[in-house]
Amino acid sequence: MKNVSDADSNTAGTTGLIRPIIAKAYKESPHLLHVLYALQQQCLHISDEAVREVAAHLDLPTSQVDAVVEFYSFFHKIPRGRYDILFSNCTSCGYLAGGVDLMALLGQQLGIVAGNTRGDGLVSMGQTSCIGMCDHGAALLVNGMPIVSLDAAMIARIAALVEAETLLEDWPAGWFQVDDNIRVSGLLLKDDLTAGTGLRAMLALGAADTLSAIIQSGLRGRGGAGFSTGMKWQFCREAQGAAHYVVCNADEGEPGTFKDRVLLHSYADSLFEGMAVCAFAVGANQGYLYLRGEYRYLLPHLQSVLVRRRELGLLGVDILGQPGFSFDIGIVVGAGAYICGEESALIESLEGKRGIPRVRPPFPVTHGYLGQPTVVNNVETFIAAAHIVLRGSAWFRAVGTEKSAGSKILSISGDCAAPGIYEYPFGVTIRQVLNDCGAKDAQAVQVGGPSGMLIGSAEFDRRLDFGDLPTGGSLMVFSQARDLLAVIVNFAHFFAHESCGFCTPCRVGTVLLKNGLDKIAGGHGTQYDLDEMQRLVTLVKFRSHCGLGQTAANPILDGLQRFPQVFEQRLVQRDFEPHFDLDAALEDARQISHRDDAAAHIE
Amino acid sequence: MSADTKQNPITQNTITIDGQEIPFLAGQTIMDAALAAGVYIPHLCHRQGLTPHGSCKLCVVDIASRSASACTMPAVAGQQISNNTPALNEARKTITQMLFIEGNHICPSCEKCGDCTLQAMAYHLGMLGGHFPQFFQRREVDASHPTIMLDRDRCILCELCVRASREVDGKDVFAIAGRGINAHLVVNSVRGKLVDSDLETSDMAAHICPVGAILIKEHGYEVPIGQRTFDLHQVSEVGLEKTILTKVRQPDE
Amino acid sequence: MSKIRIATTSLAGCFGCHMSFLDMDERLVALLEHVEFNRSPFTDIKHCGPCDIGLIEGGVCNVENVHVLREFRENCKILIAVGACAINGGVPAMRNHFNLRECLEEAYVNGAGVENPQIPNDVELPLLLDKVHPIHDVVRVDYYLPGCPPSADEFLKILGDLLAGKEPSLPQNLLHYD
Repeated sequence: MKNVSDADSNTAGTTGLIRPIIAKAYKESPHLLHVLYALQQQCLHISDEAVREVAAHLDLPTSQVDAVVEFYSFFHKIPRGRYDILFSNCTSCGYLAGGVDLMALLGQQLGIVAGNTRGDGLVSMGQTSCIGMCDHGAALLVNGMPIVSLDAAMIARIAALVEAETLLEDWPAGWFQVDDNIRVSGLLLKDDLTAGTGLRAMLALGAADTLSAIIQSGLRGRGGAGFSTGMKWQFCREAQGAAHYVVCNADEGEPGTFKDRVLLHSYADSLFEGMAVCAFAVGANQGYLYLRGEYRYLLPHLQSVLVRRRELGLLGVDILGQPGFSFDIGIVVGAGAYICGEESALIESLEGKRGIPRVRPPFPVTHGYLGQPTVVNNVETFIAAAHIVLRGSAWFRAVGTEKSAGSKILSISGDCAAPGIYEYPFGVTIRQVLNDCGAKDAQAVQVGGPSGMLIGSAEFDRRLDFGDLPTGGSLMVFSQARDLLAVIVNFAHFFAHESCGFCTPCRVGTVLLKNGLDKIAGGHGTQYDLDEMQRLVTLVKFRSHCGLGQTAANPILDGLQRFPQVFEQRLVQRDFEPHFDLDAALEDARQISHRDDAAAHIE
Repeated sequence: MSADTKQNPITQNTITIDGQEIPFLAGQTIMDAALAAGVYIPHLCHRQGLTPHGSCKLCVVDIASRSASACTMPAVAGQQISNNTPALNEARKTITQMLFIEGNHICPSCEKCGDCTLQAMAYHLGMLGGHFPQFFQRREVDASHPTIMLDRDRCILCELCVRASREVDGKDVFAIAGRGINAHLVVNSVRGKLVDSDLETSDMAAHICPVGAILIKEHGYEVPIGQRTFDLHQVSEVGLEKTILTKVRQPDE
Repeated sequence: MSKIRIATTSLAGCFGCHMSFLDMDERLVALLEHVEFNRSPFTDIKHCGPCDIGLIEGGVCNVENVHVLREFRENCKILIAVGACAINGGVPAMRNHFNLRECLEEAYVNGAGVENPQIPNDVELPLLLDKVHPIHDVVRVDYYLPGCPPSADEFLKILGDLLAGKEPSLPQNLLHYD
C-alpha cells in the first residue's frame, strides 16, 4: 500500500507529500470531492494543512473545503487505518443482519472499538448507512470495496488477513463478487438495449417528437416522487440558460434499495443512452452521473462503458453523425451523504459544496447545476426513457396502470427466501410480491425504505403504484420474528445521522426522536415519552425544509399507528423516568474518588 | 407565476394573511409583503436586504393546508395564508425550544441578554423553559480576535453572519461546516481562527448576530440590563431590526 | 380553610431565587394568611412532608440533589422549576463544557493558591454527576418560573394563580430569563 504513514502527518515534510497528490488528482478530475478522495485514500485523513493546500490549489475558500470535509461521512480529519472497514448498519445488509453482531466480533478479534482507528494505525472500523448490498446479507466496505454475505467465519478470516497486512488484491476474490440477483424481469430488464439503437430511433423522431413520446408514455420519475418525466424535460427545454444539463441521480441511498447498483452494473448502456436522449430533447451538451460513494467500486466499469460509447460515436461531438448534437457524460462520485439523493442537494454536491437542499422554487429545471436549467432523473427513469424512444409510448403504456404506466424495479430484502431484483408492472399487490420472493410469515413491509411507509399484513392487498403505495424501489420484509421496534429505532438513527443540519426541525428533531426511541427501546420510556414522540413527529414531518425531514418521522408515525403495541409493551408503568442514566452519570466521580459505597450509587 | 405580473396593473396583486388582504409586488416573498404591510411573521434567520435562507423555520406559515417558509416562498396572488394562529405559534415555540436545548444558552451570563432576538422570540411565544432534555454540546469559543468574540455555544446556525459577510461586507469570513447536529460555524482563515480572518469591527457580519455568538469586545454592558432593546420593545415590532443595527453600530467603531 | 402547604429548596443554585422570593417584603404577610411553609430554608424543616406546592431552585449536580428532588416530587402535588438553573442548568451547567476530572483538578489540584492539593473523597460528600442537569431531566415538572432570579412579582403571580385554582401563566412583562 502506498499510504503515507501517520507519523509523518504532522511534520513539516507533509506539504511536500500533499501537494503532488493534490496536483495529480486535480489533473485527473478537478472536482473537489475527487481531490479530497485522493487525499483521504493516500494520507488516510485530510489534515488541516491538506485543507489549506486544497483550498489554495482549487482557489476555493478554506472554509468551503473544511465544510465539505466535515460534511461527508467518507472524509476524515483524524487518520483512519490502512484497512478502513465500514460495516453497513442497514436492517437488511447491516452488521446485525445475520443475528450476530459481526462488528463487535471483528472488534474483539482486532482489539478495536467501533468508530476508532487502532493505535498502530493498521485498521479502523466503524459503521455506515446502508451500502446497497441488501440482497447479500451482512456486508461491509473495506477501503471502499464491498464484501458481502458475511458470517462469523469470514470475520475471523478478515481479521487474520488484516493482521497479516495482506493486500486486498490477495483476499479471496469471491468475497467481492456482487451478484445482480435478478429474479423477475419485465419491460426493462428483459433485455439490455443494443448500444445506439435508442439514439438512432430518437434521431429519426427528432427532438420534438422524442419529447412527445416521453410525455405520452406517462413515464413518471422512478426515484419515488413520481413527477412526469416528459413535463420535467419540457420545462427544462423551455427554460432560458447559457447551458442545459442532464444529471443522473445514482445516489441510491435509501436503505433497502439496490436496484441502481444492478442497473449501473448490467444496464449502463441503456442508462447512458437515456441520458443522451434527454440531452437531445432538452438541448444539453453536458451530463453528469452522480454516483454514490458506496458504489465507487463500479466506477471503472462505468468509465469503460463511457469510453466505448465515445469510440462508437454515441457520446462526444456530432453523435451518430448528427451535426450539432454533442453530448458527453462525466461521473462525479459522492462521499457518503444520503441527503445528496435529494436533487437540489445533489446539485450542490456536484458544485463541490456541502449537500444542503436548496430553497425551492426555483426548481432545478430552471435553476439547477451552476444555476442553469437541469434535468435530474433517477437511473431507472433514464433507462425507461431509452426504451420508450425505441419501442414507442404505447408499448410502455400497455403495461402498468392508467396513472402509473410501465413497470417498477424493486429491490427486495429482509426476511424472504429470495431477496433480489424484481420487476413488476405497476399495480402489483404486496401479497403477490411477497409470494414471489418467498416471504412466508411477513408481519410488516417497509415500502419505499425508511422514508416510505410501514404497512402491516392487513394491507398486503394494497398495490404498488403512485396512487396507492409509491416507492423508489425499496421493499423490506419483516417476519413475525422481527422486533419491529428495533427496526424503527434503526431508521431513527439513520435519519439523525443523515440530516444535513440546515433546518431546525430536522436537525434537532431527528436527534430528539432518536433519543426518545432509544429511551423507550431501552426499557426506560413512559407514556410521557410516547406522547412526546407523537408531538414531535408531527412537527418534524410538517415543518422541515426538505424531503428528508418531511419523511424522517414516517417509520415512527406508521409504527405508532399500525403497531402501537411494539412501543407500549416496552413502556414502564411509571409517571416519569429520567432522561439520562443517573447511576452511569456517577461513574466518573466514582473513579476519581475511588468510591464504590452505597452512597456512591443511585437507582 | 409570470402570469401574475402580467395582470392588469389596475388590479393590484394581493395575498391574504389571517384574513387581512395584503398587496405585494412581483418578486416579493410572503415575508417581504407582510413586513412591508406591517404584519409580523416571526423570524430569526431572515433580514431584509440579505438573501432569504429559510432555515430557522420560525416563519412557517400555512398556505391552504401546506406548510411553507414565509421568507422564501414567493407571494402569489390569492394565497390564503395562516400566520398568527395558536397552532403555528405552538410549533414556533417548539422550534425555539429546540434552538435553546441544542446550544448552550445561559441567558444570565450572556452579554447579549436583553438584546437577543432568540430570547425575545421566546418571550414573544411565551416559552417558559426548553422543555426537552438539554444536549449540552461542547462547542468552541474563539477569543483570538482583538475586538470581536465568537462564542459558538450561542450560535443558532442562522447564517446571518455568513450572508452579511458575503453579500454586504464583500468578504467571506464565515461558513457552516459539519452535518446534522454537528453543524457548526467556521471561520474562513488559515487556522480557522477569527484573528486570521479579515473580519473588522465595522463589518455588518460583526454586528448582525441575533444571539450572543458574535460580540464586540470591550463594549459589554454599556447599555444596562433593563434598558436594552427588548426591555423596551417587542420582537414583533416591525422595522425594529433597522433600529437595532443602527444602535449597535456606533460611529466610533 | 386550611392553608396551602409549600416546600422550597435550593439544589445547584445560589439561593438567589429564595432571596428574590423574600423580596415580596410586606406582601409576604398577606401571602402567609393563605400559605404555610414546610421543608424550606425559611423554616429549617429538614424533610418534606405532604405538600401542595414544591418550589425547586437550582439544577441537579450531585447525588444529594437527586435524593432531595425525588423527595420533593414524591411529596408535592405540584412541582415548580424556579429560576434559570432549575430550568436549564444555568450558570452551574457551564461546567458541562469540561470533564468532571478537569473541573475537580482545576479546583482542588491545579488552581491558583491551592495548598495540599487533593480531590476530596470523603464519604460524607455527595458524589458529583458528570453533568449538571435541569430538574426536568430527572423528575416530572409541572410548571416553570423563569428568571435569574424570578422577581417577587412572578412568584406572587404564579402562587396567586394556583391559590385561585387557575392555570398559572405569566404575562409578557413578567417573562424574562435574566
